[in-house]
Amino acid sequence: MFKPKSRSIEKIYHWVFSLLAFTSLAFLVGIMLILFKEGLPIFKHVKLFSFVFGQAWYQTFDPPEYGILPLALASIMVTVGALFVCVPLGVGSALFLNELASYRVRSVLKPLIEILAGIPSIVYGFFGMVIVAPLLQETLNLPVGQTAFTGSLILGIMATPTVCSIAEDALGFVPKSFREASFAVGANRWQTLTKVVIPAAGSGISTAVILGMSRAVGETMTVLMVTGGAAVMPNSFSSFFAPVRPMTSTIAAEMGETVFGSAHYSALFAIGLILFFFTLLFNIAAELISRRFRVKLGIGR
Amino acid sequence: MDYKVRVKVNHVNFFYGRVQSLFDIKCDIYDKMVTSIIGPSGCGKSTLLRLINRMNDLIPHTRIEGQILLDGKDIYNPKVDVVEVRQKVGMVFQKPNPFPKSIFDNVAYGLVVNGLTNRSYLSGKVEKSLKDAALWNEVKDRLGKSALTLSGGQQQRLCIARTLAIEPEVILMDEPASALDPTATLKIEELIQKLKEKYTIVIVTHNMQQAARISDYTAFFMLGKLIEYDLTAKIFRNPSKTITEDYVTGRFG
Amino acid sequence: MRKKINQSLGFFFLSLAVTVTIFFLSVLLYFIFSRGFRIISWEFLTAVPRKAMTQGGVAPAIIGTLYLTLGAIIFSLPIGLACAIYLCEYTPKSFVVNIVRISINNLAGVPSVVFGLFGLAVFVKFLNFGVSILSGSLTLGIMVLPSIISAAQEALLAIPQSYREASLALGATKWQTIKKIVIPSALPGIMTGVILSIGRVAGETAPIMFTAATFYKRGYPKSIFDEVMALPYHIYALMTEGVHPAQQKDIAYGCAFILLIIVLVISAVAVIIRGVQRSKYGLQS
Repeated sequence: MFKPKSRSIEKIYHWVFSLLAFTSLAFLVGIMLILFKEGLPIFKHVKLFSFVFGQAWYQTFDPPEYGILPLALASIMVTVGALFVCVPLGVGSALFLNELASYRVRSVLKPLIEILAGIPSIVYGFFGMVIVAPLLQETLNLPVGQTAFTGSLILGIMATPTVCSIAEDALGFVPKSFREASFAVGANRWQTLTKVVIPAAGSGISTAVILGMSRAVGETMTVLMVTGGAAVMPNSFSSFFAPVRPMTSTIAAEMGETVFGSAHYSALFAIGLILFFFTLLFNIAAELISRRFRVKLGIGR
Repeated sequence: MDYKVRVKVNHVNFFYGRVQSLFDIKCDIYDKMVTSIIGPSGCGKSTLLRLINRMNDLIPHTRIEGQILLDGKDIYNPKVDVVEVRQKVGMVFQKPNPFPKSIFDNVAYGLVVNGLTNRSYLSGKVEKSLKDAALWNEVKDRLGKSALTLSGGQQQRLCIARTLAIEPEVILMDEPASALDPTATLKIEELIQKLKEKYTIVIVTHNMQQAARISDYTAFFMLGKLIEYDLTAKIFRNPSKTITEDYVTGRFG
Repeated sequence: MRKKINQSLGFFFLSLAVTVTIFFLSVLLYFIFSRGFRIISWEFLTAVPRKAMTQGGVAPAIIGTLYLTLGAIIFSLPIGLACAIYLCEYTPKSFVVNIVRISINNLAGVPSVVFGLFGLAVFVKFLNFGVSILSGSLTLGIMVLPSIISAAQEALLAIPQSYREASLALGATKWQTIKKIVIPSALPGIMTGVILSIGRVAGETAPIMFTAATFYKRGYPKSIFDEVMALPYHIYALMTEGVHPAQQKDIAYGCAFILLIIVLVISAVAVIIRGVQRSKYGLQS
C-alpha cells in the first residue's frame, strides 16, 4: 500500500543534528583556545608568578606593571561579601516560599521572583551608582560611595532571586514522606525543617549557592559601576569600604583603550582566561554536588 | 491446527542490559485470530508484544536473540526497514494516546506520514476507519475538534481507528482496556470481535475473563517463560500444566 | 516550650528574608520607574539624540537593541533547537551526550565579559566583521545558546513518550515523528524559553561593549556591518562618559526605564505562557 521511504533523508537529519549539537562543545573549546591564544603572549612581558602575585596593576605606567593580585582580591572580596547578602536572603526566601507561604502567596511570589531574576545587571549597576552609593557615602560617612561594600550589597541583591529560585527547586524535590515521617514522631515544623528538610536538600541548596557565587564572580556591569575602579591592594578590613577594581570590570573598563595585540590587550585576555577557569571550577563543583543530590533523593535524570 | 501462521516467534531471548527477560520463546500466531497473552505482572508479556513491531528498539541497551518472522520474513534482519515493519504491524497502547491534534488529523496521520495526502482519499479513509472502529457516529460532526476532548473510551477507539487507517496485517494491543471503565471496555471487546474478521490480533491482558471472552488462543507467561500456549478453551477449562490451572483459577497472580 | 520559641524565631527570620528581598527589589523598581517615567515622552522614544546627548531621544538605542536581540535569536535558535533535539530525541551513546551536556552547562557559566573577549578576538578582529551588529549578535547568540538549549530540552522531555511511540507505531520515521508530533507539542515550552532568552539578551551589556556598541552614532544603522547604539550600553556610557553629567543622568533614568519595561514585559509574558501551558496539560510547576 505504501511506497518505501528513503532512508537517506533520515540519515542526513541525524547528521545535521549531531553536527549542530557539537557546536556548543566547539564554542566552549573555541573560547578556551582564543583566551589562550590572545592571553598567553603576556608572559613574554611578565613572568607568570609576577602576573598572578604582582601587587600592582599600572597599565598606563612606563614600563607598565601587570600584577593582578589586587584585582583578584577585589573579585574575591566582592564575591564573598555578596554571598553574605544573597545566601541568607535567597535561601531564607526559598524556605519561606516552600514552608510557610500559602498557596496563593506562593503562586504570586514565585513568578515575581523569577521575573525579577531577569532584571539586567546594567539596571542594578545604575541603581547602585545613582541611589545606593550616594546613600552609603552619606550614612557611613565615607570619602566615596563606590566601594567593595557597595558592590557586595548590589551584587548580593542581584543574585538573590537566582539563589532563591534554584534553592526552592531543590526544596521541592524533598519527598513529602520525609516530612510526614518527622511529624509522625512529634517534631514541629521548625524541627522538621532544620533537621530533615534542610539536610535532605542540602546539596541542592549548595548548588544554588555555588551558582550564585559563579554569577557574582563573573558579573561585570554592576561591579564596574559601583565598586569605584581603583586597582589598589586591599590591606585591611577598611579596604572593604574603599574603592576596588575586580577582574571583570578591569577587562570591561580597559579593553576599549588597548591596542590590538599589545601587552595590555594580552593581559586582559589572560584575566579572562583566569575568570573562565574560575567559573569552570564552580560549575563543575555545582554539577558534582547536584549529581550527588539527585542520587541521594533517588531522582532520575 | 492447519491455520495459516502470520507471526512466528522463533526461540526468542531478550535482554535489558544484562538482565534476561524472555527465555527461549517459541510460538505461532495464527492469521485472523485473536491471541491473548496472559500472566502475572512483569512476566514479559508486554515485552514480547513490543518485540513484534520492534517497539523495544526505542529502549537503549536492549538485545534480542532468535527470530520473529512476519509472513516468513525475519523482521530483525538488518536489511529490513523498521518503518515497513511498523506499517504492517500496528499497535494500540495501554493508555489512550491520541496526538494533541484534531480527530481527523489523528486518523489521517499514519496515511499522511506514509505519503498519502490526497484530501478526498483521506476523508474517505478516515470515515471508513472511524466506522470500523465504531466511533463514526459519535464524532462525525466534530472531526475538526481536538482529540483530547473525547472521553477515555472514545480516545482508545480513536487510537484503534488510527491504526486501522494504515491497514496493518497484525494489530498488537497492550492492555487496551485497562485504563477504561466497564462500559468502554465492553465496547472495545465487541470491536475486537468484529476486527478479527480482517485482522490478526494479539492482545496482552491481565484480565483473565477478558482473555476467555474474546480470544481464540491464549499464551500463559510466567517469569519470562512461555508456560503454555493453546486454544483459549483448553487453557481455561483443561490446562495441561498445574501452574496454568492455578493461575487461571485465581490461586495466585 | 523552647521548641515553640525556636520555631517562632526561625519563622520570623524566614519571613524577614522574604520581606527584605522584596523590599530591596521594590525600592529599585520604584526609583527607576518613578524617575524614569518623568523623562519619557514621545520625542524621547522616537527622536535621535541632540546637543551632545543632552536633548532629543534615544530611538537609535532602542532600535539598536532590537537589531542585536533579533540577530542573536536568529543565530542561536536553530542551533539551540537542533542541539536539544539531538540530545533528547536521537539518544546516541550516553558518553557523547554527557560531554555535550557538560559543555553546555559550563558554557552557561562563562562570564558575559569573557564572551565579549571571544567576540572581539574572533568576530571583530579575526573574521574582520569590525565593531558591528553582526559581531554583537553572534557574540550574544553564543552567550544565550545554553539557555535556549536547556529550555528546549526541558520542553522536549515534557512530551510524553507515548506520543512518540504512537507515531512510530503508525509507520512514521523518526524525523517525521519529531517534525509532526514532538516539535508542535513542545512549541509552547520552547517559546517560553526563547522569550526568556530574548529578555536576557536585550539587557546584556558586557558582550557588546567591544563588539557592537557605540555611545553616539549619527542616525540609524544601515547594514549589519554598522556599529550601533544599544540601550544597556547607553546607560553605562551616559554615566561614565560625556560632559554633561546632570542631564545625562536623567536620560540614563529614561533608558533604564525603557529597558526595564522591555525586559520585564518579555519575562512576564514568558512566565504567563508557561503558567497557562502547565495548567492546560495538568503538569506541576
